[in-house]
Amino acid sequence: MKLREIRDILDAELITGDANLDKEIKYVNAADLISDVLAYSTGPGALLITGIVHSQVIYAANTIELGAILFVRGKRPNEATLQLAVENHIPLLTTRYIMFETCGRLYQLGMRACIEKVKNDRGGK
Amino acid sequence: MTGAGNNIPFYEMFHIDGGNFTNAGSISSQVKKILMRAGFSHGVIRRTSIATFEAEMNVICYANRGNISLFITSDSLKIVVEDEGVGIPDVNLAMKEGYSTASEKIHELGFGAGMGLSNIKNHTDGMILTSKIGQGTHLEFVISLEGKDKEKVAPLFAARG
Repeated sequence: MKLREIRDILDAELITGDANLDKEIKYVNAADLISDVLAYSTGPGALLITGIVHSQVIYAANTIELGAILFVRGKRPNEATLQLAVENHIPLLTTRYIMFETCGRLYQLGMRACIEKVKNDRGGK
Repeated sequence: MTGAGNNIPFYEMFHIDGGNFTNAGSISSQVKKILMRAGFSHGVIRRTSIATFEAEMNVICYANRGNISLFITSDSLKIVVEDEGVGIPDVNLAMKEGYSTASEKIHELGFGAGMGLSNIKNHTDGMILTSKIGQGTHLEFVISLEGKDKEKVAPLFAARG
């Protein structure tokens, strides 16, 4: 699914200027813990759905080469975090939908998670 | 470069201030840039970056100060993390997925899931963790280099002179 479609489905706003909206997004991860973001990312180019808006999410995104970040619940990062995303070429979007709705709407249209479930009850991959 | 033996083509050390979340994650970004410039494969860069990110966050979350050193040798990438701080009372327990002693502030920032050390273990080819209560923690991990990744080391050695 193209980033443009994701934006339109979720009535989201692109907040990092001139990002490439034709970018193809194949997988999604939704998490509010940075370690989970890192642990369950399976490859580059995924979309992260999160409520974390501080700069560490951008550094983490850079680390695992995320395709884009979508903030839920209408959250927006501060200017410094926004700039960091621009410098690292990571498109940022924000939607007013809550995380459940955001995930549900994308799932309904065929988007799938980076991993389906963990291996054990301690979060093992 | 200082402190590098002749058998270590590349060495760089980064300092971390405990509790300073402002630039948390920036060191792993710098490490990643160095590895990208050297031309290592995507998988090697990704695994090293993830493990370094977690190690960096551990120092920021739990220690007073620390250093992260990157060594590139002929057959591996090695990261050594030394910090001064409270230390880890039970290393085996700390290694368990989901175990965490993180404060509320750390949780609010999206850390402290108890996945950090196991994330490091899962993304590297070897890891050693030792700690002294009230003094600090020593962590090192290696990512083995094979095939084409090994070939990227010689130019680094040449550049060092």
